[in-house]
Amino acid sequence: MRVGTRVATAQAPSARRRLLAGVAAERALSIVSPLGLLLLWELLGRVGALDQRFFPAPSAIASTFAQLLLAGTLHAEVVTSLGRVAAGFAFGALPALVLGISMGLSRMVRAALKPMVGALYPIPKTAIFPLLLIIFGLGEGSKYAVVAIGVFFLVLLNTMAGVMAIESVYLDVGRNFGARPLEVFRTIALPGAAPFIFTGVRLAWGNALLLIVVAEMIGARSGLGYFIWSSYQTFAIEELYVGLVTISFIGYFSFLALDELQRWLIPWKGAQAA
Amino acid sequence: MTPARPRIAARHLGMQFELGRGVVVALEDVSLAVADGEFCCIVGPSGCGKTTLLRILAGLQRQTAGEIEIEVTDPARPLNAMVFQEHSVFPWMTVEENVAYGLRMRGVHPNVRHDIVRHYVDKVGLRRFARAYPHQLSGGMKQRVSVARAFATDPQILLMDEPFANLDEQTRVILQEELLRIWEESRKTVVYITHSIDEALVLGDRVLVMSARPGHMKAEIAVDLPRPRSVYELKSTPEFGALVRRVWEPLRQEVLSSYVAEALAS
Repeated sequence: MRVGTRVATAQAPSARRRLLAGVAAERALSIVSPLGLLLLWELLGRVGALDQRFFPAPSAIASTFAQLLLAGTLHAEVVTSLGRVAAGFAFGALPALVLGISMGLSRMVRAALKPMVGALYPIPKTAIFPLLLIIFGLGEGSKYAVVAIGVFFLVLLNTMAGVMAIESVYLDVGRNFGARPLEVFRTIALPGAAPFIFTGVRLAWGNALLLIVVAEMIGARSGLGYFIWSSYQTFAIEELYVGLVTISFIGYFSFLALDELQRWLIPWKGAQAA
Repeated sequence: MTPARPRIAARHLGMQFELGRGVVVALEDVSLAVADGEFCCIVGPSGCGKTTLLRILAGLQRQTAGEIEIEVTDPARPLNAMVFQEHSVFPWMTVEENVAYGLRMRGVHPNVRHDIVRHYVDKVGLRRFARAYPHQLSGGMKQRVSVARAFATDPQILLMDEPFANLDEQTRVILQEELLRIWEESRKTVVYITHSIDEALVLGDRVLVMSARPGHMKAEIAVDLPRPRSVYELKSTPEFGALVRRVWEPLRQEVLSSYVAEALAS
């Protein structure tokens, strides 16, 4: 027994060290490999293997990025686009949440709305944009609308699926303790469907970023989509790349923020997420 | 054995479910009378409709025949509270929030609510876990939450649907003892569903045996064992052994015929 114990304690630290070394190597690789790719890109540009008209060197893109940032132009475009996404998101997600929960809870509501949702959902939202331009004009309204519509269906369908997946015993508990419909909504349906709702929100957020860029390319005089489009029209290739990099950053950091928000809003899923 | 003035009286209850092409008869002519303050246990083979019966008593389902009368003694308190089979504790609420649920739905003032919740959380030994979420608890602890949640609303009658069925033997015995202890304080009217003869005898004042589907009442056995009871001591007495045999006799045949029915159905 004693020997066994001693062997175990002797092995424990080295196993732990090996594990930590593995984790450190993983972290290092995940930083080194993209940097390596950038370096290769830079080198290939310098030796003339890459056509600078299409693939400007990362250093050139970075310096343009810095200039635009200092001038405040980039900042303004980002704020404009994010403002539109946020407004459109709110207009789309909030009614989708309420309707999605109602559809999940009530077969009658589901029967009434599902055919319409089924018919409208498959239409590419970009295809609706010209119509939205006619209805809402070139102002902010058409941008909010296209984002809202894109967000609406994804949040609606995921919320409905989430409510339908709630185990019926929870609804029985609610009824047994005398929960009224609004309380069932708030204390059972909403938290019970929260993990699904969050999946919908993540999908919708990605979709919203895509839609706003397209909408700004076609029908706006400001925003990141417009910035990229006007860079194309003036053959300002480095600025075009700056636009792409900026969108990539926005996407990356907003998804990190969503992860954090999820951990905060759905603490009871903590065990599974970790 | 039928009490003179029953607290719960169900007469000729019937329940039919439409299932695809056919009709399933879950309950047929079930009559039941439970006295005020009685702990009434119902045993029966699986699939005999005992859960359906309890759901009808709870008002979660409506019978297709017969009638129920439950005497209301205190309109200010909820008529019934149910302790469900496992997994009925809300995963998105902490232990405290779960126990508080019924009170919250009744609009009990937060200060009052807080005191009651603390009282019952303590009573089921979960003080240290008051802020924990169910995924951090064992199965036995979750069922303690469920029991505390039902008692916290101080219902006029308590309905329990095999609450300890999925726990291991040791945990089950401990929870049975805790339940007896809490129940002794209030002596509420209880209808308790179980498939365990031991459990029914340990807890109940009376055991009703249900038949295989379509369920109806087949036998009743009075349990004249003294209270307060200690689960392990009770089980080793000769009286207990004799009672087990008295319940098992009518039950045995029903269990066998439920096997036959199942085999024929599949």
